[in-house]
Amino acid sequence: MKVNYIGKISEENLPAIFVPYFLESVHAGFPSPASDYIESPIDLNKHLIKNGAATFLVRAQGQSMIGSGITDQAVLVVDRSIKPKHDSIVVASLDGEFVCKRLKLKPKMCLMPDNPEYPPIFINHGQELEIVGTVTAAINKF
Amino acid sequence: MALALVDCDSFYASCERVFRPDLKNIPIVVLSNNDGCVIARSAEAKKLGIGMGVPWFKVKKSFLAQGGVVFSSNFTFYGDMSSRVMNILEGFVPRIEIYSIDEAFLDLDTLEKNYDLYDFSCHMRGLIKQWTGVPVRVGIAPTKTLTKIAINEVKRLNIPTKVHRLSTQNQIRHALANTPVNEVWGVGRKLTEHLNKAKITNALQLADIDPQRIKRNFSVVLERTVRELRGQRCLNIEDNMSAKKQIVVSRSFGTRVLDLETLKPIVSNFATRASEKLRNEKQKCSQVTVFIRTSPFSDHKPQYSGHKTIELFTPTNDTRDILSAAKRALVPIFKPGYDYAKAGILLGRFSNESSKQYSLFKDPNEPKDNAKFMEYIDRLNNHETQIYFASQNTTQWSPMKQNMTSPRYTTNWYELPITN
Repeated sequence: MKVNYIGKISEENLPAIFVPYFLESVHAGFPSPASDYIESPIDLNKHLIKNGAATFLVRAQGQSMIGSGITDQAVLVVDRSIKPKHDSIVVASLDGEFVCKRLKLKPKMCLMPDNPEYPPIFINHGQELEIVGTVTAAINKF
Repeated sequence: MALALVDCDSFYASCERVFRPDLKNIPIVVLSNNDGCVIARSAEAKKLGIGMGVPWFKVKKSFLAQGGVVFSSNFTFYGDMSSRVMNILEGFVPRIEIYSIDEAFLDLDTLEKNYDLYDFSCHMRGLIKQWTGVPVRVGIAPTKTLTKIAINEVKRLNIPTKVHRLSTQNQIRHALANTPVNEVWGVGRKLTEHLNKAKITNALQLADIDPQRIKRNFSVVLERTVRELRGQRCLNIEDNMSAKKQIVVSRSFGTRVLDLETLKPIVSNFATRASEKLRNEKQKCSQVTVFIRTSPFSDHKPQYSGHKTIELFTPTNDTRDILSAAKRALVPIFKPGYDYAKAGILLGRFSNESSKQYSLFKDPNEPKDNAKFMEYIDRLNNHETQIYFASQNTTQWSPMKQNMTSPRYTTNWYELPITN
C-alpha cells in the first residue's frame, strides 16, 4: 500500500468534534469491503442452458459414447435450437428410437459412437433419421 | 392493422409425439381426467372418425384394433410444453395474449411496416417446430374474430405452410362465404339455431347484416362479432396481467362415492388446492361454493346435483378458513342414496390480498402471522415435503382412474426421455 504524507496534526489546533475515523469507526459499521464485488451465486442452469424454451434433458443409456465422457445414466442437455454440424454430438431419432451419437457429415454421413467397440451407424435407404438437437453438456453423477 | 392467432395443432396429441418418435403417423387420442372422454385427437385419429368429446368406452375397441395409441391426460407435461411455445412467441412480438393452453393472439400492428407478415409467421412457425417439436398453425387478419376464420381456412384449404393471411376485402369475403355460421367465434349452438331460422347460414350473410339491427334483434355481443367480421376491431389484445375472477377445482371420480365420510376428505383436497391457487394469484375470496353431482351417463340410477355457496365476512386466502367454509357448504347438500360421480369447489368474489376489510363480527385481532403461516406451508409443499390438513385425504388426491399417462418428460428427474 502507498501512503502520501500530508502533514502533521497537533492536538491543540484540532476542532472539538474531531473523530479519528481511521481508528474506531473502521470496526464499527464500515461497509463491507466486498459489497461492491458481490455477485449472485453460481447458477448451473445459467451455465448449462442458453435457450430454456428449446432445451430438454435426456438420460443416456449404455457405453457407446464413453469416449466423450458420457457415462451410462448421464443426463444430457439437448438444445434443439443449435444447428448440428460435422462432429457435433446429437440426439437423433432413428427408426422411432432416440440415439445419442457423434454426427459425421463426411466422408459419408453417419452416426459415430465414441467407443471403438461400437460400429458406426450408416443410414440406409428407407431408414428414417431426424436430428432432434445438439448435446451441449453431459451431467455425470457419481 | 393485423393480428395473428397461433394455435397448436392437436396440441396434447402432438406433445405425446415429441418424445415418442415411434408414434409418427400413428393415430393418437388423449383422454380427459379419469379416462372419460376423448379430448384430443391426432390428424390420423380424426381420419378414423373419432369425434371430439366422445366417451372413450364407445370407441375404445375399434380405435385400438386399428392400431391407435391412447394416453391419459398429462397436464404437467402439456403445461410445460405450452409455456415453452408461449415463451418463444413472446420473443417474437411486442404483445401477446395467451388465450388458452394451446392458443395465443399476437399483436402484429407494429411489425407490419417492416416485415412481410406471411414470411414472418412462416419463420416463427418453423422455429417453434424446431425448438419444441410442436406444430402450430397461424391465422393473420385485421381482427381477432377473423384470425379464427383464417386459422380454419388453413385446414379447409389444406395449406401446406399452415399459415394463412386474410388481408384484402375479397379474401375476407371469400373466406366468410365458406364458413358455416356456427364456426364463427362466439356463435354457440342456441344462437346458430336462431340465425338459421332467420336464413343466416354462413358467416358472410351474418357480416352483411346491419350491426344496429343485430344489436336490436340479438345482442351487443353478436353486434361486436358482426363488426369484427367486417374488419372493424372491437376486441383488443388483452395482457394476461388481468387477475382471474374465480378459481375452480373439480374432478370426476374414477370410482363412485356413496357416503359423506368419503366425500369430505376429497372436497378438502379440492379446497386445499384451490386455496393454493388463490394465494398464487395474490387474491382473497369471500365466496366459497361446493357442488356435487351424480353421473349423467348412468341413466338408470337416480340423479341428483346440489350446490351451496357460503359467504365469508372477511375475505381470506387461508386454507383453514376455506376448508371450514367448504365443509359448511358440503354437509347440507349431501343426500344419501346417490352414487356421486363429481364434486368441485369454486372460489369467487375476489379482493386484492393487501386491501383487507374487517367485518364487524370477526375478531380484528386475529393473529398477524397467518399469511406467513400459509406461506411456509406453500413453500414446504413446493418441495418434496407434503404438509396436509387434518381433513384431507392423504392417500388419494381424488379417486382417479387413470393408467395410461405418459412420463413427465420435462419436469421430473426420474421420468426423463431415454436415449441409447
